[in-house]
Amino acid sequence: MRNVLHGIGLGPWRSLGAYGHDEFLNGPGRARSHFVGIMNDYFEVFGLPRKLQVDLDALQRSFYDLSRRHHPDFHQGAGEEAQARALEASALVNRAYRALRDPVARVEYLIALEEGREVREETTAKAKVSMDLLAEVLEVQEALEEAKSSELTDEAVGRLRAERQRLRERYQAEEDALIAAVPEWDAAVDAGEDRKPLLERFKQRLAARAYLRTVIDDFTQAIGEDEGRHVAYRRH
Amino acid sequence: MSRIVGIDLGTTNNLVAYVDGSGVPRVIPDAEGRKLLPSIVAYTPHGVMVGETARRQLARNPTRTVYSVKRFMGRGWDDVREEARHVPFTIIPSAEVVRIRAGDREVTPPEVSSQVLRALKLQAEAHLGEPIERAVITVPAYFNDAQRQATKDAGRIAGLEVLRIVNEPTAASLAYGLQKLAQGVIAVYDLGGGTFDISILRVKDGVFEVLATNGNTHLGGDDFDQAMVQWLLADIEARHGVDLSADAEGLQELRLGAEAAKCRLSSEERTALTIPFETFTYRRDITRAELERLIASLVDATLGPCRMALEDAGLVAGQIDEIVLVGGSTRIPLVRRRVQELFGKRPHSQLNPDEVVAVGAAIQAAVLKGEVKDVLLLDVTPLSLGIETLGGVFTKLIERNTTIPTKKSQTFSTAADSQTAVTVRVFQGEREMAADNKLLGQFDLIGIPAAPRGVPQIEVAFDIDANGIVHVSARDTATGKEQSIRITASSGISKEEIDRFVKEAQSHADDDKKKKALAEARNEADTLIYSTEKTLTELGEKVDVAERSAIQEQIAAARKAMEGTDPEAIRSATQSLTQASHKLAEQMYKQSAAGAAPGGPGGDGQPPPPPEAGAGAGKEGPVVDAEFEEADKDKK
Repeated sequence: MRNVLHGIGLGPWRSLGAYGHDEFLNGPGRARSHFVGIMNDYFEVFGLPRKLQVDLDALQRSFYDLSRRHHPDFHQGAGEEAQARALEASALVNRAYRALRDPVARVEYLIALEEGREVREETTAKAKVSMDLLAEVLEVQEALEEAKSSELTDEAVGRLRAERQRLRERYQAEEDALIAAVPEWDAAVDAGEDRKPLLERFKQRLAARAYLRTVIDDFTQAIGEDEGRHVAYRRH
Repeated sequence: MSRIVGIDLGTTNNLVAYVDGSGVPRVIPDAEGRKLLPSIVAYTPHGVMVGETARRQLARNPTRTVYSVKRFMGRGWDDVREEARHVPFTIIPSAEVVRIRAGDREVTPPEVSSQVLRALKLQAEAHLGEPIERAVITVPAYFNDAQRQATKDAGRIAGLEVLRIVNEPTAASLAYGLQKLAQGVIAVYDLGGGTFDISILRVKDGVFEVLATNGNTHLGGDDFDQAMVQWLLADIEARHGVDLSADAEGLQELRLGAEAAKCRLSSEERTALTIPFETFTYRRDITRAELERLIASLVDATLGPCRMALEDAGLVAGQIDEIVLVGGSTRIPLVRRRVQELFGKRPHSQLNPDEVVAVGAAIQAAVLKGEVKDVLLLDVTPLSLGIETLGGVFTKLIERNTTIPTKKSQTFSTAADSQTAVTVRVFQGEREMAADNKLLGQFDLIGIPAAPRGVPQIEVAFDIDANGIVHVSARDTATGKEQSIRITASSGISKEEIDRFVKEAQSHADDDKKKKALAEARNEADTLIYSTEKTLTELGEKVDVAERSAIQEQIAAARKAMEGTDPEAIRSATQSLTQASHKLAEQMYKQSAAGAAPGGPGGDGQPPPPPEAGAGAGKEGPVVDAEFEEADKDKK
């Protein structure tokens, strides 16, 4: 249920019942790229190896160069087909840049790529959250439920804020740890080592981070603030 | 390729510009040299009037005159319920997109807007001496898909192919960036007549990359005017015991007076407001501090979107290199102060905030034409795009501030065995629940072959083009049978209707010119008759009998001419009446000069010249207009 509410993974759909059947499911793992057959590797779009350390200035330059080549603005006089191709190519370049410019999004994309599927923004690979974290959050959530069921005093809000702050720090720590492990990946690529275990570690960190995000959002909602709820995607 | 113009289609004012042969962007003036065309369209029994002529008769014909139509573009009744109460024309509620009743006509917002666009097209054609068929039109960055679509439709109805919809702050940044050859991060704060946008861009080597945008499409100078009107209404009731709130004409006089006073208060600390009503004349002084109290909360409402845009761009205020102000409302000192406080930097104010958007649109037109080669605009979609999922939840597929064009596709399947149809409901917005966002459209995908649940594969593709316009299509891939559906006509007008409007407009093109000349002549006459009669009433017995009957004869003659269809005859009758009314004005001034300062100025016995003698007099009508010219400046 939580997943559905937060848009992480698509839950069952409901059509408006016009045809007697009113549920519509997203087949798990069925998402496929629209660009199959054109180019499916965002690293390749920019001529980069499948590594996580990226020179952002060079990436930006190359994004601008590719945009100059493909952006629909520069194909206005061309035929319909050429315009459609420009649109397609330009959209691909934009998505690739979006996925690679942010260090966390880059890891998410890499995982999807390595596993041969497409990643949805804001979706993390389905890895299990560690039991420790689950237990920890369970405790916190009890406090949250308690606060929700009674009147929200200033004192209660203060406690919730403090708890949320702690969770945010925890969230940041997960992210920092993820980024810190990035050079290991690149080294493993260079050495030709097995990268599966590393990939699993990335997935765990991302899952923990996504889970914490959800809990933080719950707190924010309970406190009655709206901020932060739309901030789904960070930039570098 | 023929010329492509850039059009700033504003809530209050409009401009058209082009880039000339030597690469210099120029704003195109009308025959009288005015660059701003007011967004006012009057549906009179004599025909449709646009711009200045429509403005002049606004207070007399409030129910048949439409202004600020941009606020209603692509809107449903729920979106505009509140502001519908503040306009004198009638907004007709409907499930999808509202319609407007102006006099005995019922029109859609894009039709009204197309009248403005057609006037701009004619203005450009007259100036450039060639037909203009293509344009780049700007919209607020925060416009949703339906609003963009409606704008595109308006262009088509006006006989313009809209090659690109460009976001206003982005266009402004283009004008700014090219002029200053700036590099770095700039924030464009655009507060116009009806909308507010904030955009944050990185400008580097000719690339204008929008990092984030935010805004409010229901916030602008009109709202400041409205706040003043409410306050003045209460004051009038307290001091004169008159409730004007149900008096459409009185309200328009008050609104125009308040707007002009607001503009004056940008350069003065205090201003006098004098509005003659039928039974009394309302006079009061307004100070800048009073205005600021009235609008403070509205101005502060722009700061939240600024903070959100900064956050989305991953920046803090200190990282902004330059702040560019756009839109007439940014002339207000309080606005400038708040912006400066937020960004900790004095905003840039060298560019004309009224013209900068049109200039940017013209530059983008030149880019599309291939005349400007080194500029690249990378804009974003202002709102997240998604679909409704279980429990009415909004599931985002494309996040806001994603660089456009962009595409996203996802494969779905059925939830029940033998399910043969699904409904896809597409929304745009940031709220958690689908229903709180803007429904762009929905479609049913039918004819899915009966199969166990989860087997059919339906690929739904969402894309946003370089105009920020959304296309959604669905395809049943499992069977190889392609079912493709596009939602594009979400502006509330069907393709057939648009085609009909276009045809109507084309067949009337010649007619239109004649009609326009006639309507203008009639309107001039009408305006003059109205104000002359008003003066006669006000002066009462101060006018001697012979004078009075001479003027009344002229009025009768002008009325008679107005019934005919010859613009020249009407004009000459108007001329005669003008002369008669000037005599009246002379007399008035003589009297008041004699009353105030015996002997008169200079003491030579000569009366002071009437206020508007000279060439323009016959054209401009009486005193009322002069004051409104100023109002142009504070809005766009």
